[in-house]
Amino acid sequence: MGIDRKGMALALTGWLLVAAPALAGVKIHTWQSRGAQVYFVRAPQLPMVDVRVVFAAGSARDGKLPGLASLTSHLLRFGADGLNADRIAEITDDHGIQLSIGSDRDRAWVGFRSLSEPRRLNPALRLLGRLMARPDFNDADLARERRRFLLALRQQQQSPAAIARRRFYRAVYGNHPYAHDPSGNLKSIAAIRRADLQAFHRRYYVARNAIVVIVGKLNRRQARLLARRLLSRLPLGQAAPPLPAVQPLKQAKVIRVPFPSSQTHVLIGQPGTWRGDPDYYALYTGNHALGGSGLVSRISEEVREKRGMAYSAYSYFFPLQRPGPFVMGLQTRNDQADKAIAVLRKTLADFVERGITAAELEASKKNITGAYPLRIDSNGKITGYLAMIGFYRLPLDYLDRFNDHIRAITVDQVRSVFKRRIHPRRMVTVIVGGGMAHGQKKHAAKP
Amino acid sequence: MKTHYPLGARTLWALILALMALSAAAGTGQVHEFRLANGLKLIVKEDHRAPVMVSQIWYKVGSSYEHGGITGISHVLEHMMFKGTKTLKPGEFSRIISANGGRENAFTGRDYTAYFQRMEKSRLEVSFRLEADRMRGLTLPPKEFAREVRVVQEERRLRTEDKPTALTYEHFNAVAWLSSPYHNPVIGWMDDLRALTVDDLWRWYRRWYAPNNATVVVVGDVHPKEVLALAKKYFGPLKPSRLVPPRPQREVTQRGRRDIVVKAPARVPYIVMGFKVPSLKTARDDWEPYALEVLAGILDGGSSSRVSRRLLRGSAVATSASVGYDLYARLQTLFLFAGVPAQGKSVRDLEQAWLGLVAELRDKPVTAAELERVKAQVVANAVYERDSMFYQAMILGRLETVGLGWQRADEYVRRVKAVTAEQVRAVARKYLIEDRLTVAVLDPQPVTPGKQQRRPMGGMRHGH
Repeated sequence: MGIDRKGMALALTGWLLVAAPALAGVKIHTWQSRGAQVYFVRAPQLPMVDVRVVFAAGSARDGKLPGLASLTSHLLRFGADGLNADRIAEITDDHGIQLSIGSDRDRAWVGFRSLSEPRRLNPALRLLGRLMARPDFNDADLARERRRFLLALRQQQQSPAAIARRRFYRAVYGNHPYAHDPSGNLKSIAAIRRADLQAFHRRYYVARNAIVVIVGKLNRRQARLLARRLLSRLPLGQAAPPLPAVQPLKQAKVIRVPFPSSQTHVLIGQPGTWRGDPDYYALYTGNHALGGSGLVSRISEEVREKRGMAYSAYSYFFPLQRPGPFVMGLQTRNDQADKAIAVLRKTLADFVERGITAAELEASKKNITGAYPLRIDSNGKITGYLAMIGFYRLPLDYLDRFNDHIRAITVDQVRSVFKRRIHPRRMVTVIVGGGMAHGQKKHAAKP
Repeated sequence: MKTHYPLGARTLWALILALMALSAAAGTGQVHEFRLANGLKLIVKEDHRAPVMVSQIWYKVGSSYEHGGITGISHVLEHMMFKGTKTLKPGEFSRIISANGGRENAFTGRDYTAYFQRMEKSRLEVSFRLEADRMRGLTLPPKEFAREVRVVQEERRLRTEDKPTALTYEHFNAVAWLSSPYHNPVIGWMDDLRALTVDDLWRWYRRWYAPNNATVVVVGDVHPKEVLALAKKYFGPLKPSRLVPPRPQREVTQRGRRDIVVKAPARVPYIVMGFKVPSLKTARDDWEPYALEVLAGILDGGSSSRVSRRLLRGSAVATSASVGYDLYARLQTLFLFAGVPAQGKSVRDLEQAWLGLVAELRDKPVTAAELERVKAQVVANAVYERDSMFYQAMILGRLETVGLGWQRADEYVRRVKAVTAEQVRAVARKYLIEDRLTVAVLDPQPVTPGKQQRRPMGGMRHGH
């Protein structure tokens, strides 16, 4: 029932993942426990606790079975240590525990939000330990959840946005493990066996491959105890090896996928930046002006505000362990798709060629630095940032120093970094749509 | 982060209802209420955990205030509110907020139109100054309108036309509601969007954008007296309007089950069904909506709920299924079921499974353990919600805007905890009956022309 004004769903995702910082005064305590680094922030105002254990166990570790990391993570809540799915569900619901279990390209995480009173927190802690360390992967659960995954893949096939995303990553990343969608494909999901899940879990869900995040109404002693109890469940194991390097694109690629939608979905991009990249702040600030700041960015101005061609037009960097993508995107009525693509390309080319203006840089800095306190105004957000800092081994003062880094960026720096890193003539362009509604003879937009 | 079930045929309402379900308490922090001489209502809730605040302004207007021919006008006007005033050029509003380190947006629903800014606490004045300016001083430049209405048409294509589940839900509402304005989609019918004029917008703006039709909600690291002083300074001078309330437009009595089929390019079927039920605003006995809220929790609150346990696991008839009830709708509403049948099962199998659950609720009281579980979740959620200032402000603004009063937020946990098994059975018997039911199913059509029979994925093979 609510619809918002800005087409920022996608852009926002990128934004949140790109953005950083903490309150001056958010004090991060950190220590080692059984080979894992633990990060703790005390937040006594609300009677609750957030806990998250993060493993290097994302889809980049899928190997020959795309979707393996995702299915492994998904099945954790359906049976562990003799508890079946119904029993696990009763424990969480009886105590008002919210489990959060998931994975992306780099990471898999298991965690919970619980009330801090011991009669709620202790069951939550015990349950989490069992789920992450002793999953059952029962055949019946695997069979049922496999069917669910297969149907989800079929649902992606009816979504031009999902089709475009899959094609985009595949074209940008080629043979790199970032190329395939974390949800896998019909063939691989059908092929995954219980032994595959067990082997994946045994290899990656181990203490030396984990970090632990705790935020909430606990003191340091309680947090230490909590972390130790949790980690004592896990074997020590080994950290996951580094991921392979991402190869730059050698030439432009245009991929057209006919689809019977009224809009054409467009994604244009290339490998972008990674967590810890020394150019990150310049890229982030530059992109804020280019297409990262909603309606006041250049892309939105050219595509939406001046021409009314799209609801959502944006660009973002999605930093990962290795260079995640730089993406520009829009969706527009089929008959004006080629025109919109030309506008998008020209906007980028101008930005790379001429760079950011002093006024744009100033406005971007004001917004980014001024929004600093918003980024860490809840326990949920602080938990997310700790997970990022811990997993990507960012400096502990990352949040405190973020604004200093942004303020130091110059016009020349943005221009030279974009020239060096962004290559408008060697980008992947994915175009999904063109109409071709059932029974029509109309062809997709011409190449 | 991933949700429990990875696919959700998640439509807009499902997301919003998920947000609302079993979580309507805005916590226990103290709320301060003020009313200015011109009728503007101000609600302030202190939350001193971080040096930030959220400022929202809610207008009592939305798609349920509209009539045929101008559907979607509230939402188009919301877009135009960023397109210039007597003192600001188009787009300048957003640039000022941005320069102040703010995050802003707006949203339109059936029963409200709301605008918000999230900023560092000292910037509240910026928010009030700009909101007061555009409440009375909009310019609605025709050229801006001509472009913006095309943006909204693109938004409609993105959100509805090309999303088979959203399209099905839109048709479902149009059939479930004959005389109620919930018949119309919030974003409006495409033809109405094409025919809309600047004059239409002028009339709509002058009719609804007035201090005595607005509620300002501020949550954050602020002090009520200072907020009141700022509100007086900026909103105080605005003149009130003589408001003509919307017509009742009550839904006619439903006379028997309604069924529709929606054909659209898709790969996966989908079914949505709903029973007509009262909301807190329309209920004659005000325990009934809380009993319906608990009933929704029994069916779909948490992974131990009946839908999760029996339909998603158990018989596994569904690959995704959710239940929703909007306690705070302004008008009569629907108790909704939406889902995707598992592979090898049909939409009718899923419908039968739902109707089986409903029959059981009519026949047998829910168990004490289930009731306790729902209530434990409500108590915990009331704490978790306080982690989000934005959400707290949402609840207060919405309650005020539909005419229930923000005080209902404080009652929520107590009222839910008071619900008995017998009351749950009573509302199931009274409302979850076939004569109140509407059912819509999505009948997937080939997504590629011509060759679809031999090559079901022709032209769009991906992920292999």
